[in-house]
Amino acid sequence: MSTNPAEMSAAEIRNFTLNFGPQHPAAHGVLRLILEMDGETIERADPHIGLLHRGTEKLAEQRMYNQSIPYMDRLDYVSMMCNEHAYVMTIEKLLGVEVPERAQYIRVMFDEITRILNHLMWLGTHALDVGAMTVFLYCFREREDLMDLYEAVSGARMHAAYYRPGGVYRDLPDEMPKYKSNQWRSEKDLKRQNEGRDGSVLDFIENFTGRFPKLVDEYETLLTNNRIWKQRTVDIGVIDADLAKQLGFTGPMLRGSGVAWDLRRKQPYEVYDKLDFEIPIGVNGDCYDRYLVRIEEMRQSNHIIQQCVTWLRQNPGAVMADDHKVTPPPRSEMKEGMESLIHHFKHFTEGYSVPKGEAYAAVEHPKGEFGTYILSDGANKPYRLKIRAPGFAHLAAMEEMVKGHMLADVVAVIGTMDVVFGEIDR
Amino acid sequence: MALTDDTLQERLEEQFEELDLKISEELNELTVEVEASDYLEFCLALREKPQFQMEQLIDLCGVDYSAYEQAAGKHWTGKRYAVVLHLISYRLNERLRIRVFVEEDSFPVIPTVVDIWKSANWYEREAFDLYGIAFDGHPDLRRILTDYGFIGHPLRKDFPMTGHVEMRYDEMKGRVVYEPVTIDERVNTERVIRKDNRYVH
Repeated sequence: MSTNPAEMSAAEIRNFTLNFGPQHPAAHGVLRLILEMDGETIERADPHIGLLHRGTEKLAEQRMYNQSIPYMDRLDYVSMMCNEHAYVMTIEKLLGVEVPERAQYIRVMFDEITRILNHLMWLGTHALDVGAMTVFLYCFREREDLMDLYEAVSGARMHAAYYRPGGVYRDLPDEMPKYKSNQWRSEKDLKRQNEGRDGSVLDFIENFTGRFPKLVDEYETLLTNNRIWKQRTVDIGVIDADLAKQLGFTGPMLRGSGVAWDLRRKQPYEVYDKLDFEIPIGVNGDCYDRYLVRIEEMRQSNHIIQQCVTWLRQNPGAVMADDHKVTPPPRSEMKEGMESLIHHFKHFTEGYSVPKGEAYAAVEHPKGEFGTYILSDGANKPYRLKIRAPGFAHLAAMEEMVKGHMLADVVAVIGTMDVVFGEIDR
Repeated sequence: MALTDDTLQERLEEQFEELDLKISEELNELTVEVEASDYLEFCLALREKPQFQMEQLIDLCGVDYSAYEQAAGKHWTGKRYAVVLHLISYRLNERLRIRVFVEEDSFPVIPTVVDIWKSANWYEREAFDLYGIAFDGHPDLRRILTDYGFIGHPLRKDFPMTGHVEMRYDEMKGRVVYEPVTIDERVNTERVIRKDNRYVH
């Protein structure tokens, strides 16, 4: 037997295979990771996905175009309206339908509200994973206001189905719903909760955008110069610009690596070319830079919303295209006109046929480029619908990002990717 | 930043004269149909040549054409499977779609593009999982979205909407068991193809 200590320890070192998830609180849903570890260092990471696969693409093939809009909400279930937007835009492209300008502004406004909604969720959970509890509570406080806005326009707090081919389902309501008193809610609480809700929905949005920058400052006070936060995120999961492109990164993940690319600016859709906003980019491509990029994006979104509110106040008008082969006619018209009645009946029983062809439309989703590719054979249902989810490409780079890092950093990397399984598994 | 003023279509035609490309523009989107034998060479040139610089593979998906226009009473006679790629060039701000029909309907095989774009890895696994298209040279061609031990390729047109098996927990056996499905497939709205002349592009 050898008494050489070097040889002895070599015999004892063994690689461990660790199963992470699918029900780990830091796995953001149902991620199962098989990690091969050398001590505490990751050698290999193999994400197993598909635990939330619902076959959205297959379902869409069997349903009329409009019936699949609610499925889109359930893809990335923290940025619902952005998903709808990409899908609706693809259909509009195929049909060649023009969307009224007011509807375009409403869409842009809600896209940005959704971006804040998404980034708040991301910030809260990312900070929670890394060990900061307070941020989580702060973020959810603001999310509540934004989800109330979703509810005000669509009736649903999350799964809105508000965007329709040809515009949006209805115009912004004149009144912002208020909390009602009940035995569990004191008068004082009621007053605080109903603050800013006296006017219309636009008034409430304006009220929100007025106080939001200060709230972002609050989150930043807790994190940006926080020593523990920096230790956990600086130089973790570094990806340079070329590798980020190779790996299919889009959105904040790409911009964090220093690529100045934003679809809202480079391939503008709706009315983004008329709005003033800046695109933040990172330098080092680590988790901390991506954090800074997303924080700044929230501020920019806030600025865009303010511009939309100003425009929407001054320009009333239609929010749905006046093409009743594609959009349902107004209820009042339907009761008078025979043609409208027929249109209504056709629209809800058979749907509309989309001309033969194919189209791909993408939006700058909070997580990256979210696109849908529709191949139509001229029927009232898509022949093939492919959903390009940004998170899918990001998660595929898991091994690339965590190799050589410690186990605890895996959690930070999952957080920075902003993974949501609804869109990855589809 | 384009090196020339030629459109992407002109540049493609000029560069790939010897390849049998079918280039079409529709709704401001350029689609190139390439033969399976030229596929790899074509993709590599798109990434490497300065006049294209397609740095990123945005998306790759399979398509099963077997029921295309069936609702209009037509029968698809071409190759059954196709792979569709969406590429983007950040420097030139251009997008391109590539479609390549896969040889052999019974066992579709096509070379992998993982060595050209790393992001193809999971996209190809997905196309393999959902359509059964095999990617020759892929480093890790496993199923990705469906369950462990799943049989069949769910997005093929002959795969029923309800699937073949359903799963439940069996108290007696103390484990999950698979059984044939008990629900019937149901069609709420028929698939119809209507010609609407207003939308003919």
